[in-house]
Amino acid sequence: MTRPAAPRIGAAGLGRGMITIYLSIVVLLPLAAVVARSTDGGLGAFWREVTAPEALAAIRLTVVVSLIVVAINACFGTVIAWILVRDDFPGRKLVNAVIDLPFALPTIVAGVVLLALYGKGGPVGIDVSFTRASIVLALLFVTLPFVVRSVQPVLLELDRSMEEAAASLGAGSFTVFRRIVLPNLAPAIISGAALSFARAIGEFGSVVLISGNLPFKTEVGPVYVFNQIENDNVPAAAAVSIVLLAAALVVVGLLNVLSRRRFAHGR
Amino acid sequence: MAADLASPTPARSADPSRRAARLGVRMIGLGYLGLLLLLPLVMIFYRTFEHGLGPVWTAVTQPNAVHAFWLSIELVAIVVPLNTVFGIAIAIALERQRFRGRALLAAVLDLPFAISPVVVGLALLLVYGDNGWFGTWLSTHGIAVIFSVPGMVLATAFVSLPFVARETIPVLREIGTSAEQAAATLGANGWQTFWRITLPAIRWAVVYGVVLTTARALGEFGAVSIVSGRIEGATQTLPLYVQDRFENFDTTGTYAAAVVLALLALATLVLMNVLTRRTRRAG
Repeated sequence: MTRPAAPRIGAAGLGRGMITIYLSIVVLLPLAAVVARSTDGGLGAFWREVTAPEALAAIRLTVVVSLIVVAINACFGTVIAWILVRDDFPGRKLVNAVIDLPFALPTIVAGVVLLALYGKGGPVGIDVSFTRASIVLALLFVTLPFVVRSVQPVLLELDRSMEEAAASLGAGSFTVFRRIVLPNLAPAIISGAALSFARAIGEFGSVVLISGNLPFKTEVGPVYVFNQIENDNVPAAAAVSIVLLAAALVVVGLLNVLSRRRFAHGR
Repeated sequence: MAADLASPTPARSADPSRRAARLGVRMIGLGYLGLLLLLPLVMIFYRTFEHGLGPVWTAVTQPNAVHAFWLSIELVAIVVPLNTVFGIAIAIALERQRFRGRALLAAVLDLPFAISPVVVGLALLLVYGDNGWFGTWLSTHGIAVIFSVPGMVLATAFVSLPFVARETIPVLREIGTSAEQAAATLGANGWQTFWRITLPAIRWAVVYGVVLTTARALGEFGAVSIVSGRIEGATQTLPLYVQDRFENFDTTGTYAAAVVLALLALATLVLMNVLTRRTRRAG
């Protein structure tokens, strides 16, 4: 491929310079500052902040709740993708459109919406507010689209002749699903699950109203960071931020490595 | 083709157990969606309007609510054009140019998806806040970033950064470079090629990205909450106003403001669907 005319290279260089400046101001410098501040007092101080009882409880809660959410998402996300692709019922297109709602709805509104139904004085007589279950509920709401949207295209492309062969050989529909469909969907399910894990780890807006933020009970990592910032305890906020950041990046990074390998195999 | 030939297999609807399984899966999926998404949403609209339009109107026309609404619009008006221009530039750099640090740029572009909004807020505070890296310089020059609009612009720009680029990149890859190269051979310069060839080809992807950016910018809560200081009638955006009303036990105010945001989200959803259909048809 030949390079286009000379002036374009100059323009391209200028463009990249502008991009670099913009990204530095908005993203890179601020993140560098968090990393720098978290280790201001050395690694010992960082470790002390992370293992402070309240911080540790918050991190542990975040991780456990996110894992629960990811497991539920993997199951129900696959089911929903399945009925959107393979099933046919009136209103299917509408349901398909509604899946993205959690991405479009501001997170704080998600919290309010869930409280209106499942909060105190709600019509169903359940009150989840200030419980750990409420955190699971909020996270399920905001991460719903990830697995559905990553499984859906794969399911759509899946060659059905294998399933039909299995069925004609006498396999029941559950066996066909478990032995044929599920192995083919697994990469997509995992990739959707990883994205929802990263999102769940960092989620703040939808959780903050519904969980009550009780230390050691319903205070998740991001809320802990927020409270430390409010109390001017920057080292603690920065240290726990780094842990949350690392957790999300490791999962997303692993996912990238996995998908690249899969891609390489595909070729 | 194979599917076409095989689809009228009689086993499908004739087998009652299979039919039951199908219905069961459908019920599970729809039930889950109903309980998690639909019912709560219906409920909030019902709760908001159960006493008629009057109280809702009073609530949304409160001076603080109106100010919060316009501040949110102001942020969108600044951030969306910024991220659109840079999003297109980043997409073109990643897809059309070779340079050192390309992989790094791709990684940085995805960072905002993996980072908690709270961490974004803290990060901006540590650079532009009073005790931050540039804090002293900014304050001696009388520039307020944190607890004022510039800081909120930065926070919103950070969280909504990837959308335009991420939507545009696959389309750029798909259209290839032959038309652009033909234009260059015929004597068009870089700008002419961009305006006449590239931009028309990617326009729906860009618009889709803009819709997503707008939705994210309107709804951002965590990062903006930290850098804004949440000053009533000054740095309170609409999502912050929702929280403020909630914490003051003002149910009507909370629901009314939440419904305004929910309606904007629904409008976004409709736009997204219209645009997806259009991009598919174009492709």
